[in-house]
Amino acid sequence: MARVRRRGRVVGAVLAAVLGVSLAGCSSTGGLRAEQERAGRAAGGKAAVNTPRWTFAMVTHSGDGDTFWDIVQNGAQQAAVKDNIKFVYGHDKEAQRQSELVQSYIDQKVDGLIVSLAKPSAMKDVIAKAEKAGIPVITVNSGAEASKAFGALSHIGQDETVAGEAVGEELNKRGRKKALCVLHEQGNVGHEQRCDGAEKTFKGDLQKLYVEGTNMPDVQSSIESKLQSDSSIDAVVTLGAPFAPTAVKAKEQAGSKAEIDTFDLNAQVATGLKDGSLGFAVDQQPYLQGYEAVDLLWLYKYNSDVLGGGKPVLTGPQVITKKDAAALQEYTKRGTR
Amino acid sequence: MSHTDAPTPVPAGPPAKVTGDERLLHRSLARRLMGRPELGSVVGAAAVFVFFSIVAEPFLRASSLSTVLYASSTIGIMAVPVALLMIGGEFDLSAGVMVVSSALISSMFSYQMTANTWVGVGVSLLVTLAIGAFNGLLLTRTKLPSFIITLGTFFMLTGLNLGFTKLIDGTVSTKSIADMEGFDSAREVFASHLTLGSVDIQITILWWIVLVALATWILLRTRVGNWIFAVGGNADAARAVGVPVTKTKIGLYMGVAFAAWVSGQHLLFSYDAIQSGDGVGNEFLYIIAAAVGGCLMTGGFGSAIGAAVGAFIFGMASKGIVYAQWNPDWYKFFLGAMLLLATLLNAWVRKRAEEKA
Repeated sequence: MARVRRRGRVVGAVLAAVLGVSLAGCSSTGGLRAEQERAGRAAGGKAAVNTPRWTFAMVTHSGDGDTFWDIVQNGAQQAAVKDNIKFVYGHDKEAQRQSELVQSYIDQKVDGLIVSLAKPSAMKDVIAKAEKAGIPVITVNSGAEASKAFGALSHIGQDETVAGEAVGEELNKRGRKKALCVLHEQGNVGHEQRCDGAEKTFKGDLQKLYVEGTNMPDVQSSIESKLQSDSSIDAVVTLGAPFAPTAVKAKEQAGSKAEIDTFDLNAQVATGLKDGSLGFAVDQQPYLQGYEAVDLLWLYKYNSDVLGGGKPVLTGPQVITKKDAAALQEYTKRGTR
Repeated sequence: MSHTDAPTPVPAGPPAKVTGDERLLHRSLARRLMGRPELGSVVGAAAVFVFFSIVAEPFLRASSLSTVLYASSTIGIMAVPVALLMIGGEFDLSAGVMVVSSALISSMFSYQMTANTWVGVGVSLLVTLAIGAFNGLLLTRTKLPSFIITLGTFFMLTGLNLGFTKLIDGTVSTKSIADMEGFDSAREVFASHLTLGSVDIQITILWWIVLVALATWILLRTRVGNWIFAVGGNADAARAVGVPVTKTKIGLYMGVAFAAWVSGQHLLFSYDAIQSGDGVGNEFLYIIAAAVGGCLMTGGFGSAIGAAVGAFIFGMASKGIVYAQWNPDWYKFFLGAMLLLATLLNAWVRKRAEEKA
């Protein structure tokens, strides 16, 4: 009995201490308060049109908790607010379940569908069903070559091969001789296209390195050991923003002189570009992909407008260097770049 | 619902007082129901169904229910043999990637040999069964826990899927075989759908029902069924009374392989090209379906019908969240909570059943 009471007192003391520290130790920079102030300054969030409240659904091949798709969603949501749209979102990295999700939105009779075609053959039938049900479809991000054949209105995204070629040219411009392309997801077609595109235009020698993207320490140690084993590597290209800072760490550990460059963008990459630890980034503007998809569906429903003339609408590649970084830092923090 | 008692070891209680035939009969029926492994999951399924009927307006439409049934069947086909395996006291963590392996073998063999797609389908069946037999043989020979053995197979298959696909096709997904001979007839068998009015009934639902019926018959009406319960309950005791433990376990793993082949061919003939990286993580969905359906983790208790109900709960929950237009970020949380609740319910129902017996 006495022991129980003593334990209660200890717990109480610990709780009080934690509370006290958290109240006394306020930060005058960053944190939630700064974020809320920024959000307050952002758009007021009222619809700018008086069209009926349509429902648009987006179904992507994203895994759980993916930063890239989060930005796509932000773009889509902001366009939805502006266009008086109810926006719903579903995702599954497994092709079969992604097509089931599309089917369940067709069952719900949504007014428009936005689908990413990472696995085109798996989505073919279900997109045909959407057309049969009279639901307009716009494809985003991946599947440019299949989009038109499936009967989608337009495709919005980046051609991965073109983006890779841009990286190869940029590396030439910077006088690099030996580059490493870090693929963080084995079996991803888009990733292969990026590295192959870079290889096509890069005049030097480009090697591929496969790492386990879901395991950051493994990514770091793999890049590290590669840089240690070959000191002539003078450029490392990562295929995702979260992997760029990891590559910087690996480079420091290995004592290598390589420049770190990356596909895609996030707050850390913007900071890295600004302080010079990163060379350049190639962005495909995910916000634009989500925003335009919703907006173009709205335009189609409202005015039968179709953009692109049967060709994909490209949102990238946009090469970003030190001089753009300051403005982008602000935008990455609010989750729109 | 079968009218035979699942052969579960029920501790003998004091003999019931004979006070009249009618009451005795009535009580034994109730007890029989209470003793069924799937009772808890049936209650759970009804609860989930009613819940989503209320919160999600499109859930009760015929077209939505067929989508839910299809989603359930893709898990359910695998959950049946996985349930049998769990009753036999073992796990198979390689079941998820084995489905994709089976599809890849079928597709690549047909393409590379320019053979009729049915040849690829046949070769795939043989190879997949061999993988299952390999799991079973390794388990019975080494005496290592099945968790370790099949974890090893899981990693090996994941690597083989990717390695072979890249080696043979040069990319990470297979080439299309839709224009090859036999594709259309194979699609009829593995990936067609019947249209009733405006509703599509996918053929996987039929495969699922057939497999559940077959497994239930094996479990409750055949000698092999008794062997499965016996090796899961106590392998040494079973061996002592002459049950062929090694054969039974290898057979169970080959059963999983057979279902993986069916699921794999469905993937191939409904989507034509196969992504080599898919399938990872699905093995847990099969185990969840079987566990929610009343299969014990320790073996010796469970049913195929329970696993089917478990898969149906999974299908309802995964699609119900979409129909209710909830944020999908919470989906995995619901899945985990549901698993815990269903298993607790099962445990409670069983305890009550044993007290009554």
